[in-house]
Formats: sequence, structure tokens, C-alpha cells
Amino acid sequence: MALVLTDEQELLRRTAREFVSARSSLKRIRQLRDRRDPTGFSRELWSEMARLGWAGILVPEAYGGAGLGHAELMVVLEELGRGLVPEPMLSTVLLGAEAVRLGGSEAQRAEHLPPVASGERLLALAYQERGSRYDPHHVETRAERAGGGWRLTGEKIQVVDGHVADLLVVSARSSGQARDAEGITLFLTRRDAPGVRVERQWRIDARGAALVGLDGVRVGPEAVLGGVDAGGTLCQQVLDRATIGFTADMLGGMTAAFEMTLDYLKTRRQFGVPIGSFQALKHRAARMYVEIELARSAVMAAHRALDDGADDAHVARMAGTAKARCSDAYMLVGHEAVQMHGGIGMTDEHDVGFYLKAARAAEIMFGDAAYHRDRVARLEGY
Amino acid sequence: MEDLETFREEARRWLVANAPPSMSKPLAPGEDLCWGGRKTRYPTDVARWLAVMAERGWTAPTWPRDYGGGGLSEAEAKVLAQEMAKLGLRPPLVGFGLTMIGPLLLHVGTEEQKREHLPPIVRGELRWCQGYSEPGAGSDLASLQTRAGRDGDVFVVNGQKIWTSYADKADWMFLLVRTDPEAPKHAGISFLLMDMDSPGVTVRLIKLISGASPFCETFLTDVRVPVRNVVGRVSEGWGIAKMLLRFERNMIADVFKERDDAARLLALARRYLPSEDGRVGQPLVRDQLVQLEMDQACFDWTLARSRARTKAGHPPGPETSIFKYYGTELNQRRRDLAVRIAGPQALGWEGQGFDDDELKLTRDWLRSRGNSIEGGTSEVQLNIIAKRVLGLPD
Repeated sequence: MALVLTDEQELLRRTAREFVSARSSLKRIRQLRDRRDPTGFSRELWSEMARLGWAGILVPEAYGGAGLGHAELMVVLEELGRGLVPEPMLSTVLLGAEAVRLGGSEAQRAEHLPPVASGERLLALAYQERGSRYDPHHVETRAERAGGGWRLTGEKIQVVDGHVADLLVVSARSSGQARDAEGITLFLTRRDAPGVRVERQWRIDARGAALVGLDGVRVGPEAVLGGVDAGGTLCQQVLDRATIGFTADMLGGMTAAFEMTLDYLKTRRQFGVPIGSFQALKHRAARMYVEIELARSAVMAAHRALDDGADDAHVARMAGTAKARCSDAYMLVGHEAVQMHGGIGMTDEHDVGFYLKAARAAEIMFGDAAYHRDRVARLEGY
Repeated sequence: MEDLETFREEARRWLVANAPPSMSKPLAPGEDLCWGGRKTRYPTDVARWLAVMAERGWTAPTWPRDYGGGGLSEAEAKVLAQEMAKLGLRPPLVGFGLTMIGPLLLHVGTEEQKREHLPPIVRGELRWCQGYSEPGAGSDLASLQTRAGRDGDVFVVNGQKIWTSYADKADWMFLLVRTDPEAPKHAGISFLLMDMDSPGVTVRLIKLISGASPFCETFLTDVRVPVRNVVGRVSEGWGIAKMLLRFERNMIADVFKERDDAARLLALARRYLPSEDGRVGQPLVRDQLVQLEMDQACFDWTLARSRARTKAGHPPGPETSIFKYYGTELNQRRRDLAVRIAGPQALGWEGQGFDDDELKLTRDWLRSRGNSIEGGTSEVQLNIIAKRVLGLPD
């Protein structure tokens, strides 16, 4: 397992970095927030990203995608993460399309993957509930048989891009009790189907999310994704893989916040010298560097494991390791970045605060470090 | 690839045929690996294992055959290590010759120096020690005061070295001396190779808080060292010294790269903190255990990334300070956690009521506190990262 990038991957990184610097400044992120943009990102930019092949980066060529590996995905996501780019890679590419690719029938893949790859269709995964915290198997949303199909009732929270997704992947309980790993089914439903109630949620970070209410939504038997009562495993599988991708985004964010801080340490003068000459700050900067380098190794190793075709248990351990480390490292960098910027770092006017907020949201999304450490301990049998 | 598999097959067959069976057993309590040298007697099997491996050059598998090494490629050396690991074989030889002065001479030694010093290292005949620190020169290494005055084709060395690991057992020392007292601090230093049996060398043991004495003081009075034993140019030894420190930091990182330590710690936790459901009894200890294991994995991957760079021909750069800094921190966390898991049973110094494992983990914890001091303190490592990697101003 070589933990180095190929020349082609380095080239892809350059393309992505140039794209972000030309098309998505932090000023744009600020404007989207300040005008409470209802979409939360630019559909035009998303089309451009699709044309670059990123919307279908993991989609097999047979379905119109680029059919690239996770190492390539990692490179792109890291660059987007540096710029806090809010376009729907996470919701559509990592969560929605992966659920369809991994669990879908041939018909479902053929129907949904090509429009995802072309940037025309947005997807979202509605799995989190008020009582579930980080456990995707805690599902109270009910799926009851009705006629030949199903009736879905319940509420999902913080569905990333749920307010704009054309198609929702919803987890619902088709049998068993609220916390059982078994008895969960994933359903595909259109956002504009009768009974789907969507309310935009506003979080501290740049990502758009929504409350999704399901008031007796009727779906046919063809809406089942991956088999009745088999959705718990599928959902976990999708989440573990998406979590790994998400750590690349986190790595980009923490790297950018660190570079911004390093720059400030070299230019801000107090007592007649640059503050970066003070050993109290130097040592903390060096520690951050170490934590980020270790995070980078974890992110690379986890993506490499996916490309090497690791089994589900191994993917889960790698996801846990990468996410725990990135959660801790990003929060450390976020907190230190504000502290080292001093007063200006506390102002809304300065961009560093965006990274602190992104760090906090990222730390908690898909489970914080304590959750993942406990989960890995269980997987290891202790 | 096919060639590698052939090599794997041959290596395994040879190892099975030539390794004494006792070399597949774990070290007994108190037993150490073989460091070679003329001053230590090793058991018959250990000596034989060293002799057969040295004969093939497999004590230094990647060194050129011209200097007694195995002449293997990196890939073949890895295969050899894998096969040895599968058979549970211990390394035939360890020490500063193989990990520090040998690699340094391969990089910057003269042809004469390589021919004189590398073969005895490969054969484990001569054991080396490192004469860097002095009573007044610890973290501020370049302020060293040991003098070497020129007298024809020899240097006459006077001064004192401290924290010399295993000076009492070493045959040769590589050391830093001041050859130009007028020059600025970092200039005027030379890198010498010195026979420990030279007249004027005296060694005294230092006892540590753990009770062990791995370090010595070395006193040097009118010790005569031939000028041909200077590595690099006279009075330009500081660059050589720093290059060697990077090998040392890599080596220290290697020492702390033992994954099976995680399994040992888990077994310890199961023994002292059992619970009905089979998990480790205290959630906080469990959390620290997993975190340690995850951090160790991240550290190993980072080391692998750096190795890939070194393999591409770059000598270790300032980023290797990460490994010294973080590797020692990991080891200290591990030892500290072991003591907290064992609780009252970790308070024994010797004798009744404590078993050997308990006494050992306590002493290992005490010893580990030195990890962030020796070989450049953690604070010095952070300074190096801040200055050389991050470019922060002085």
C-alpha cells in the first residue's frame, strides 16, 4: 500500500485547486450566508463541477460517470474542503449516489446515476432523527405496508441538502424496535411527493440542511433500495464510506485554517517582532503541524483501503480511525487559529471564524471522536 | 514480482535451515537483543545466529556487498523482514553501528573509512557509542567544549562526554569535538571516530530513576585520534552531526513502532479491569486505549509516507523531527497508561507481592520519561519543526 500520490493525481489536485481559487472565494461563501441564500450553493457552479467529472467521480462509466477511484475523490474533496465549497458533493456524490450504487437494482442505477453524473439530479440521505444522535440504526420513522407499496411516517433532521434534493433516500423501520440493527429499509422518494414536508435548517457552517417530515408518504414497491429489512447494513456501509470521503474535506479545511494562521504568525507584529518568533506560539504551531500530518496519513490510508477493496469491517475501522483523528485535529486547529489571531479572530469580519464553525460541524457530523473510538473498540472486541 | 517470490522462497528455506530454534522464542525476562562487540559474551545460539546472518550480510541487508552488506534491494529486504517475522525470529544484531554511524558513513564516509569500519559493524565485531552531549551542552549541543588540538597527523582530545549510551560496552565512539576554538559556535566542530581502548578514555556508569544504568559519563584525557578518523572535513562537522541526528530520530521512531504493544496493553486491561460483558471495565481507559492504538496507526502510516520519500533518494529532512517528537510521546502515553491500568500493583520496586511483569511495567514507565529528553528534547524537536518546516522567524 503506497501512501503517495501518482502524477495523475497530483495533476487532478492542481486542477481542483485552480478551480477553487478561480471560482469559489471565501467571499462567495460569506455572500451566500449573508443573503440567506435559499439554495445555499450555486447550481451553475455545480454544473461546471459535473462537467469536470466530479459529480460522477465514483459513478461507473457504464452509467455516464468517470469511474475513478477513492484516491482521486480524496484529492478533489481536500481541495474543495480548503475553500469550504458548499456545492452538493457530500449529499449527492458521497451519500445519495453511493447508496444507489451500492444498494440499488440495475433499474434504479440506470434511472438515477446518469443524471447525478451529469449534474442534473441532486440526492440526499435522510437517516438522522432527533433521538438517534450518531446511531444510524436508531430509526423511529415507520414504514407500513399499504396496498402493494408502503406508507412512510416520521421526521428526519439535518438532512444535508434535503431542501433542494430531487430525490431523498430515507431510512424507515419496517419491523422491530427503535434501536434494532435489523428491520430497517431504505426507500427512494421524490422531495415533491405528497406528504413530504421540507423546512430549511440554518446551521453554523456553510452547508445547507433541512428538516424532512414524512406525513404518510406513499411509495410503491419499486422504491425499496437494497431489500426490505436490509437497509440497516446498507445505510451503515454508505455512511462509513461517506465518512472517509468527508475526512478528506476536513483535512482540506484544517490545512487551510492552519496556513492562514501560519501566515498571520509571520506577519503580525507585537513588541516590535513577528508574533511567530515567540516560542509559546511556535511550539503550538509545530504541534498542530504534527497533528495535521498524522491526520493526512489516516485520510490517505482510509481512501487507499477503499481502493484496495477492503471488507466492511475494515472499512468501518478505517472510517473510525480517520474520523476520530480528523475530528480532534480540526477542532484543535480551529480553536488555535482563533486564539492565535487574537481579537481580529473573534470578529465576523475575519474569515478564520468560518473554519472554526466548519470544524465544529464536521467534528459532530457522522459521529464525534468519542463515538468512533467506542465503535472501533467494539469492533475490536473490547 | 516473480523474482521476489523466488527470493522469498529461498530466504525462508535458508532461515529455517540456519536459524537456531531458540532464536524463534521471545526474549526471556532480563534478556537483551544482541548488540555485538568484544566486551559482551553472548550465549552460543545468539553468537551462532549472528555469525550465519553476518556471513550472508543479512545483518545489514541493504548495504553494498563490497562492505560486507547483503546487497539486497529495499523490496527484498522487506521480504526478508517479513519472513523473519513469520518465523518469529529476532534480529541477529542491533545497535548504533547499523542504524547510525553505518548509514552516515555510507552517505559521507571516505572509501577508506567505509572499508575499515563497515565490515566489522556488519559482523557485529565492534559495538559503537555516541559521544555528543556534554555536562554543559545538552539541548544546546553546539556549545560543546571538548577540545581536539592538532599534533601532526593526530588530534589530541581533552574533555568530558555525558549520557553516552552503553559507553561501558562499546568498542568505538563517534564524537563531536571543537577543533577551532576561535570560530563561531557552529563552525569549528569536527566529527571523529575514536577507539574506546585508546589510552586516556575513562568510563563511569550513571544510575537512573528506574534503577538501570544505560548511560555513562566518558572522560577524555590526552586521547590521541588519527586525523584520518575525521568524517567530513575538519571543523565542518556540525552538518555531519545534524545528518546523523536525523538517522537517530528515525531510529528512535523505529523503536516505538511496535504494534504488538497494543495487544499487550489490552491484555493488561483485561487482567486488571475485567467486566461482565467482556469489554474493558473502565470506559475512560478503553477510550485512551483505542486512541493510543489509532494514533499509533496514524504514526506508522506517516512513517511509511516518509519512507517512500527516502526510498526515492531524499535523505531524511527536518520533518523527521515529527517522529522523534511523536514517537516518544506515544511510548510515554503507553507506559503511563500501563501503570494506571495496573493501579496499586504498579507501585512495586522489587521483592514480595509484585510479579515480574508488574515490576517491569513500573520501571518501563520511569525509563520512558527519558524518551522526550534523550536524542534532542521534545522542545528542541518542536523548535526544529517551527523553524525548518514551518519557516517561523527566530
